[in-house]
Amino acid sequence: MNLEELEQIAESVRAENAKFDHEINVCMGTGCLSQHSDKLRDALTKAAEASGKKALVRRTGCMGLCAAGPLVLVDPEEVLYQHVKAENAEAVVASLGGEPVAALQCDLREHFDQQVHIVLENSGHIDPEKIDDYIAHDGYQALVKALTEMSPNEVVQQIVESGLRGRGGGGYPTGLKWSTVAKATGDLKYVICNGDEGDPGAFMDRSVLESDPQRVVEGMAIAAYAVGASKGYVYVRAEYPLAVARLTTCLRDARRRGLLGNSICNTSFNFDVEIRLGAGAFVCGEETALIASIEGKRGTPKPRPPYPAVSGLWERPTLINNVETFANIAPIIRKGGKWFASIGSERSKGTKVFALTGKITNTGLVEVPMGISLRKIIEGIGGGVPDGHKFKAVQTGGPSGGCIPEELLDIGVSYDALVKIGSIMGSGGMIVMDDTSCMVNVARFFIEFCMTESCGKCIPCRAGTAQMFTLLSRFCAGTGTMADLELLEELCITVKEASLCGLGQTAPNPVLSTLKYFRQEYIDHIVHKRCPAGVCNIQAPVEVLA
Amino acid sequence: MPALIPPPLPSDDKRWRIVNGTMRKNGFARHALIETLHTVQSSFGYLDDVAIRFVAKSLRVPLSQAYGVVTFYHYFSLKPPGKHTMTICTGTACYIKGTDKLVASAEKRLGVPQGQTTKDGKISLMTARCVGACGRAPVVLVDGELHGQMAGDEMLEQLERWAVE
Repeated sequence: MNLEELEQIAESVRAENAKFDHEINVCMGTGCLSQHSDKLRDALTKAAEASGKKALVRRTGCMGLCAAGPLVLVDPEEVLYQHVKAENAEAVVASLGGEPVAALQCDLREHFDQQVHIVLENSGHIDPEKIDDYIAHDGYQALVKALTEMSPNEVVQQIVESGLRGRGGGGYPTGLKWSTVAKATGDLKYVICNGDEGDPGAFMDRSVLESDPQRVVEGMAIAAYAVGASKGYVYVRAEYPLAVARLTTCLRDARRRGLLGNSICNTSFNFDVEIRLGAGAFVCGEETALIASIEGKRGTPKPRPPYPAVSGLWERPTLINNVETFANIAPIIRKGGKWFASIGSERSKGTKVFALTGKITNTGLVEVPMGISLRKIIEGIGGGVPDGHKFKAVQTGGPSGGCIPEELLDIGVSYDALVKIGSIMGSGGMIVMDDTSCMVNVARFFIEFCMTESCGKCIPCRAGTAQMFTLLSRFCAGTGTMADLELLEELCITVKEASLCGLGQTAPNPVLSTLKYFRQEYIDHIVHKRCPAGVCNIQAPVEVLA
Repeated sequence: MPALIPPPLPSDDKRWRIVNGTMRKNGFARHALIETLHTVQSSFGYLDDVAIRFVAKSLRVPLSQAYGVVTFYHYFSLKPPGKHTMTICTGTACYIKGTDKLVASAEKRLGVPQGQTTKDGKISLMTARCVGACGRAPVVLVDGELHGQMAGDEMLEQLERWAVE
């Protein structure tokens, strides 16, 4: 495979598409499929054939607005339809070349115009199960360019220059990680893609793997070339069957096209990827735990150092990056590190995909440049809180993150700014809460999650989260005291500072941030025995007769 | 080390051959433990004593380690599932949209706590930590099929249909 051959494939796909006057893209991600978009696609195909119009009906990945599904995008008119059912198929086809179907039309300019798509540039535009579709959208050009025109060191330099930071949540500079693995000695090195998106309320990785899996594989191959690895693993949650299926197809096709395997592009570079299924353990998102899981063991973390970059999978130097990080690699190599660095804020470059959910009008996936304010994301792109309720808090970073109140919504989204206010960027879950959510109960919910997901290896996390849960449960039941609150705060510090891995170290964040910004709600529960949001079931105190 | 002689299949149930196939594909390597357990669970629906012992022996993994792995990961189940399974997502987005009420009403209707199967073996009530369809919260899996924006009545009707089957 070389650039000319790629261009030929792209050309033939374009020639095939040019035979049609219209393209009807049907979202077939998990969200829309659960509303039978597969039947919708069949109905559209049938209607298009019956009408005699030259219309191509294409299966695509996620278009973002999951709550408005099933979604259909008609090109080149760029008309987006929402809540389309199979019985609407004929109307949609009949409208081609004329006036769009007004009743189904989704006009959310504000939602889309403020977004910048790098990771999601192909989502909703290509068929995720056709490698040639990806190639027609500049796919694999970056890999071929890296292999034939660049040295491994030059590839690492581009990533360093881009300022890309790990998208799994930690925000470690990707270029630095790559150069550490590249410098590590050893004839056998591994590349691992972390798709163990255990963070409840987040689905960016699932969506990327379902909508554009080739992009992730290309990123991994470029990484392998840069660091000198020959074997890769994608670790995906077993709860994502569609992502696993599409990834399997994608790997098979890439091997057939000679983009994985031995002597890729007639160079001495060999690389292949295997899928490993997760089995439902949140802690496996931590890199050393994930490595243990690939080795077939219980997913318990190890103290670092040694870092996986030096001694990882089977004690070999290992590069671990998140799905979204790998999805950024191909565009960086194609357009240059400087281009990427020109987007975003000073210390957080590029874009970030967020899963916007909870009490928000436009739930779904959004990709925004770093530095954009939370208010713009929630009120502009997200459309604000529905049903006349009042915004209360936004939770970022999942169980390791914090709750951010209204008065801080104007800060720009970046790794450092979020840490400063007691939350974290995390993998990209963004859950909006309104006045019907009780913050004490929310804190209890997250601690319960961390308690059940604690692997049990170190005591601060295993016992500490359980005690925190007991205390928070007391508050929710109306039996807590101010002394309990003091104890809880002390415990937060202990768990945060003494735990072995990220799970324990960040588990107190939801409690600490709600204590910081919503302390009055705790006081209401403890002193006044009432839940302002009316969520907690607090019994009126029984009067003891003397 | 003496050459490995794999243990005989536990019975002539054809599904054991599928399990054996996964192990063979991985060269009976110890690190294939989780992969193999996935195959057992997808073939048999759960992992029983016989299966865990067979896999441990075939892969030369200590039984304690195999059992440790099975109990560590939530995805593996040691009990056979009911004829039907209602899985309620309890991820954050679903929680914010009131999934706890769904769990409570299902528990009340079935008379069993989450994670268990009714005495007649008809219905299992499970919870999941986020299935990644947060845009459609609250989400339930009805026999594995994803249903979004689930209302309490709708779920109870489904349970009713199963109960009278």
